[in-house]
Amino acid sequence: MPELGKYAVDVSMAYGASFALLLGLVLVSWRQSKAMKRALDAAEARRDA
Amino acid sequence: MSIWTYANPQKFMGLTGKVLPVLVVLTAVSLFVGLGWGFFLTPEDARQGATVKIIFLHVPAALMAINAWLMMLVASLIWLIRRHPVSALCAKAAAPVGAVLTLVALITGAIWGKPMWGTYWVWDPRLTSFLILFLFYLGYMALWSALEDRETASDLTSITCLVGTVFAVLSRYAVKFWDQGLHQGTSVPVATGGRTISDVFFYPLVLSMLGFGLLFVTLVLIRARTAIRAERLGALLRREGGGNA
Repeated sequence: MPELGKYAVDVSMAYGASFALLLGLVLVSWRQSKAMKRALDAAEARRDA
Repeated sequence: MSIWTYANPQKFMGLTGKVLPVLVVLTAVSLFVGLGWGFFLTPEDARQGATVKIIFLHVPAALMAINAWLMMLVASLIWLIRRHPVSALCAKAAAPVGAVLTLVALITGAIWGKPMWGTYWVWDPRLTSFLILFLFYLGYMALWSALEDRETASDLTSITCLVGTVFAVLSRYAVKFWDQGLHQGTSVPVATGGRTISDVFFYPLVLSMLGFGLLFVTLVLIRARTAIRAERLGALLRREGGGNA
């Protein structure tokens, strides 16, 4: 870990909040994509049956 | 081959399906190297101390928050002029990504502002226009959610996007327009090329900006593909419902 001195809390908060928001966005986008693909595949399978 | 070929959803899905794995790797590498370099390997600034490390999040997020809206503007104009549904869905897909990037810029700016300016928030022209841009993102997404008919939603959100562009431009040039407030001017002016930060911070910053740019493109493509699949699913379900009736 780098030496952050008296600003350790500020810098950690900035990185922590940013990573949480960006990771959340990535996870939500990924899960929605997977769920939609599954639902569409199922509907297409029903249509082709 | 014309670029309008990719306005066809099938062509768009085919191309983006091939490009996405490469984009995911490039995004992960550039973010890992850029942010890792910035956080672990840069020294403290003489005046700002270790808070200078926030620049590797704040500047790329702010840059992409504005560029995301400008991308939405281009996609909205394409919808309004040429009526390509994929462009409207790309604008829709970009909004949550832009909103999160704007929020990251606002939060990191506030955290950085406390030790440097003595306050988390001030009604400075750039900060205020950025907050309004964030509210426009929320309004834009709310409008998409509120309207069931995709064509109507595309029309109305495109107009909202045109209006919101004023604040996207203002948030970029507020410091120049009003020449007041606490927020400094840009450290890396693209137009003039003259920068006010040293190389030791500049290179990891450029990598972080590249990483945020790639992250934006990757997420927009993933979300646009989801939106196109949702359209297709809706059409199939309507047909199923019609068949059963």
